[in-house]
Amino acid sequence: MNKIPPPGELWPAIAPEWMLNVPEWLEDFFFNIYKCFIYQDRYLLIVRGLGNTLRLTFFALLLGIALGVIISLVRVTWDKNGAEMRGSGRFFLRLGNILCQIYLTVIRGTPVMVQLLIMYFVIFASTKNKLLVGCLAFGINSGAYVAEIIRSGIMSVDVGQMEAGRSLGFGYVSTMQYIVIPQALKAVLPALANEFIVLLKETAVAGYIGMSDLTYAANTIGGTSFEYFYPLLGAALIYLAMVMFFTWLVGKLERRLRSSER
Amino acid sequence: MSADILIQVDKLEKHFKGGDIKALDGVSTQIRTGEVVVVIGPSGSGKSTFLRCLNLLEIPTGGQILFRGTDITDPKSNINLHRQKMGMVFQHFNLFPHMTILKNMTLAPIKLLKKSQAEAEETAISLLKRVGLADRSGAYPAQLSGGQKQRIAIVRALCMDPEVMLFDEPTSALDPEMVGEVLEVMKELANDGMTMVVVTHEMGFAREVGSRVIFMDGGKMIEENEPEAFFSHPKEQRTIDFLSKVL
Repeated sequence: MNKIPPPGELWPAIAPEWMLNVPEWLEDFFFNIYKCFIYQDRYLLIVRGLGNTLRLTFFALLLGIALGVIISLVRVTWDKNGAEMRGSGRFFLRLGNILCQIYLTVIRGTPVMVQLLIMYFVIFASTKNKLLVGCLAFGINSGAYVAEIIRSGIMSVDVGQMEAGRSLGFGYVSTMQYIVIPQALKAVLPALANEFIVLLKETAVAGYIGMSDLTYAANTIGGTSFEYFYPLLGAALIYLAMVMFFTWLVGKLERRLRSSER
Repeated sequence: MSADILIQVDKLEKHFKGGDIKALDGVSTQIRTGEVVVVIGPSGSGKSTFLRCLNLLEIPTGGQILFRGTDITDPKSNINLHRQKMGMVFQHFNLFPHMTILKNMTLAPIKLLKKSQAEAEETAISLLKRVGLADRSGAYPAQLSGGQKQRIAIVRALCMDPEVMLFDEPTSALDPEMVGEVLEVMKELANDGMTMVVVTHEMGFAREVGSRVIFMDGGKMIEENEPEAFFSHPKEQRTIDFLSKVL
């Protein structure tokens, strides 16, 4: 059997005996697995890439949720109370609302990849910390979507809840914190989970700024081994497994939160 | 007499949509300690708006409200502190659905009055016993009937040890057979000397428990009197028309 390019010539020597005594398509399969993941410890690329993808997603998620909560609160507060406010508070809230709307328009109106490239090549041209730039770009992007998701959740909570909290003596912020936001988050959990899934898969474009995430790693292996099918299939399966695991986790959480509805 | 005036309302006005709709058109009255003031009137008469203005859930567009001598309509006054002393019960209960009954009742005392959890729970349980719901302390609002929810809403407000209780049509959203249990709790509360302002359509309650009845229509206070005199000898034509329809 003549398997070129390398490690073809090594293959018969290192393969266990039984792998060579199987039908040719199966031997091909074993050989490709070996070539793409084992030879020269190429699986380490996948492991490191996966690590980068997870880190990027995690920090971008935190930033996105923080931004989303703040922006949705500014927007909701302005929509509900802006008309009745007076003085400097009204001015700053109005300014905040305008800034938030510009942010939402720009971020939701441009592709995340363009935002990422602008971040890396223009705004942070002097830094070489790709993880930081990636987290900022994806976090800022995700924040815009999270903000609208949470805003829809807050608006879905009955106004009576805010009134009940206020009538007990809670201030606006405390009522939001203890009474409205917990109910809003529960209502939008499926939509937030969806946004997280999108974010996880969206980080695949981080390779465009040279970050070796999972997709980039699979692509690199493809380039060096001249075998694209197996590494890309492997990356796809890893994404799929992560999303399925996360979906299961959110389902459990939803069932727990639903306990108060019985 | 002026010493025991708890809430003084002067020429209260509430305009919506830049003055087009006058929900309250110059309402003045006094609420004295220990009084049960029942506000009645046709829908759209401004009675709910009047009640909601008393704790500034609606911001009045004109006039003054003095609570224990302090002008609470002054933007500089801390309305959150005043509201701690003014319990409110809503038509639709507005219990917090994501919390157990006990948590609903202890949240505000713990966070605002800085009570210890044990202390707050002790108060809550003893109040629950008074309304016969001590065994439901671990339940969620969705697991209760309407009448039970409203009784919980009343004791949730009582947990803050208020000086006055405001009731905004507390029985209007209830099935008829549950109205009695809620009115019973309110009657006990009145007998204990609680100052109450009650917006309601329950004329029986107004006659039996009220110390004064206010009839409102078109954002104005048309007539006020002691229940006996109010129901047997109404003076104004509009009051007579209204009573002839509801009695």
